[in-house]
Amino acid sequence: MDALTHLMGGFAVALRPLNLGLAFGGVFVGTFVGMLPGIGPINAIAILIPVIFATGLPPEGALILLAGIYYGSQYGNSISTILLNVPGTASAVVTALDGHAMTRQGRAGPALAMSAIASFVGGTASVFGLVLLAPVLAKWAIRFGPAEYFALMVFAFSALSSLAGGSLVRGLAATAMGLFLATVGLDPNSAIPRFTFGQIKLLDGMDFVVVTIGLFAVSEVLQLLEDTEAGREVQAKVGRVMVSARELTSTGWTMARGSVLGFFVGVLPGAGGTIASFLAYTTEQRVVDREGTFGSGDIRGVAAPESANNAAATGAMIPLLTLGVPGSGTTAVLLGALLGLGVTPGPLLIQEEPDLFWGLAASMYVGNVFLLLLNLPLVGLFVRALTAPRWLLIPGVAALSFVAVYAVNQSPFDLVLMTGFGVVGYAMRKLRFPLAPVILGLVLGPLMEKNLRRSMALSGGEWGILFDSPVALTLWGMAAASLVIPPLLARRTPLPPEADLSEVD
Amino acid sequence: MRRSTLIATVLVASCAPPASRGWECIAPANAGGGWDLTCRTAGQVLYELGEAPGLVRTTNMPGAGGGVAYAHTVAQRNGDTEVLVAASPSTTLRLAQGQYGRLTEDDVRWVGAVGAEYGVLAVAADAPWRTLDDVIAAWRDDPGSLVVSGGSAVAGQDHMKVLLLAHRAGIDPRKIRYVPFDGGGEAMTALLGGFVHVFSGEASEVEGQLAAGRMRVLTVLAPERLGGRLAGVPTAHESGLDVDWVTWRGFYVPGEIGDESYGRWVEVMRRLGASPEWEKARVTNRLEEFFLVGDEFTEFVRAQVEDFREMSREIGLIP
Repeated sequence: MDALTHLMGGFAVALRPLNLGLAFGGVFVGTFVGMLPGIGPINAIAILIPVIFATGLPPEGALILLAGIYYGSQYGNSISTILLNVPGTASAVVTALDGHAMTRQGRAGPALAMSAIASFVGGTASVFGLVLLAPVLAKWAIRFGPAEYFALMVFAFSALSSLAGGSLVRGLAATAMGLFLATVGLDPNSAIPRFTFGQIKLLDGMDFVVVTIGLFAVSEVLQLLEDTEAGREVQAKVGRVMVSARELTSTGWTMARGSVLGFFVGVLPGAGGTIASFLAYTTEQRVVDREGTFGSGDIRGVAAPESANNAAATGAMIPLLTLGVPGSGTTAVLLGALLGLGVTPGPLLIQEEPDLFWGLAASMYVGNVFLLLLNLPLVGLFVRALTAPRWLLIPGVAALSFVAVYAVNQSPFDLVLMTGFGVVGYAMRKLRFPLAPVILGLVLGPLMEKNLRRSMALSGGEWGILFDSPVALTLWGMAAASLVIPPLLARRTPLPPEADLSEVD
Repeated sequence: MRRSTLIATVLVASCAPPASRGWECIAPANAGGGWDLTCRTAGQVLYELGEAPGLVRTTNMPGAGGGVAYAHTVAQRNGDTEVLVAASPSTTLRLAQGQYGRLTEDDVRWVGAVGAEYGVLAVAADAPWRTLDDVIAAWRDDPGSLVVSGGSAVAGQDHMKVLLLAHRAGIDPRKIRYVPFDGGGEAMTALLGGFVHVFSGEASEVEGQLAAGRMRVLTVLAPERLGGRLAGVPTAHESGLDVDWVTWRGFYVPGEIGDESYGRWVEVMRRLGASPEWEKARVTNRLEEFFLVGDEFTEFVRAQVEDFREMSREIGLIP
């Protein structure tokens, strides 16, 4: 196996003392940066780039450091997501559903540990995928045109009912709200303003971080306040810190499926971790959630998206390095760094710069090991943050939210917007509307719109183009299946009592 | 609402820098893009050269394709002598199309351009079109037969490149089919996947695919042939079409800083452009030599905005 020899060479690069140190440093910095949503990896990487150029690190060392920050921050973000319900990236939104529910039940420890383990599994599995399939996948990925992307989005939306938490009508309403919010701002094709009411601040649309933190975190603060006022017992139990052997074995296949799915979605140019984590979660719910516990603190609901989004991050290296197409904001910054280091993304990169490509692949693996070693012992420490008294925790979450949102654009207007979304989110909770579909609509809406319009522009208005290729047809088939099969299955297995489902928030 | 306005005011006030906090470079986009790199690279070199009083801070101010930063500069920083703002043809194009509201190119002062990239037109390696003339001929037969992809929105830079070419060749630019993608990488991927026929982008974007022999560059939109891998590619002028697309990287400063401060910035840019340190940074960032400062640059910008305005009117984008 040629690739395997190369990977061994890659490990030789990654295990050089300097590179080991860089991987550790990157993962460490990343974890802490990731805990502050909004500040996030993009800024950390952007700030470091000139420093790296100035210090004259070799390209592979620089990339190892930056990739470490990227991975570390993804994990760091899941910490604030699980503990405080403050997701800072779109891919963490799904983790919030079960992760934060677990926290409320005093199971924050296992949730965090699971997140670290699932990230590790996803990372590991996908590195093997990279080794075995990189050259083949680079060719496969370019067969994905606008029509195929559109079908992929339809598939992602078809899984929506899983996120709806019982009431499909409420789920649809929440998705529609997300889709509507996605249309605010400059029209993606013609750059003509839509729904901006002459506000220059709205031209760029609703920033994902502003909406998410408003809907999730600010409404969480309001909920906490209400609970405290009403004298209700607010969870402060810490409980177990580690996952049990049973939990671990019960998530084995979930992580395996999440990793495979995440990796392939990550390989698609421009798709990335969000679609991967949403799809992994909803697929998993269809496959294993017989008791209807997803959404109310099922550990598999943490394992699926976390393994998928880490696998997607690795998969995304393929289009980044061979096509120069970044799958997310962070990989876009990585691309800028690559160019500055004199590395030209292209199909030849794997052959011409084997040290760089395989060194990076190996160091991603090493980085994942570090993440696990670094974070498992720290879980207990992070969880203790929850035992902070109410008067400290509530303002703490509020302050974190404001800092995070302000950090995105340094715009006071965003703070007002976020607060508004907080109130909306609180009302939605009270009326039992699910929040995740709003984010699904907001994030996938523009992708869906752009690809539909591109398809139409390509075909000159012929709708047939959407069903033209085998890939597209397969995706349509999967979308149809995911709508049709669950009700059929449900007829055979008795539904859980309605009361359980309504606990979902 | 009054409370939030108050908070907002306090926040804005506390963010406006007091006198002499060192130099600041505003990148009107998120970290990682061209404007951001312009600020960070130039800032680094200005510091190394000892021109700047300390490290040059880069502030990312994304929004409205640079409109937020433009409005901010005019409305809130108009007399600030220590701030530079990164700019490119994207800025002049939006000014020309009235996308910055009522603000015009005369509301700020243009300091200089310190490097540039050039536009290219490319096709897949196995495509039937071997030269720019082949593409023009295909357009003449049926302007709708070719689909062009690019990394910018409709009426953005990559679109304008092909519109200008078609226009100069006497083909109705409104009949040219253009599909916008998110960045050059995605637009090229669509070309390689066989979804579009022609790719409109920048010289640096095609390098990797060119090296792998997957793409063929038909023309470079530069006054003279470029070096390196693109040395064998003719300019559009060689096909008789006078179209250049210079993606310059430069700076403007607030409009009311006075002639003395403006003169100082121009001198700083002149020394930056002449330094070997900048030469090195420019090559690292794959920018070609392109250097204009002061009045010369201001004239260049005015002419460019006028050009773009005329073109946008021609294709019916603006009244």
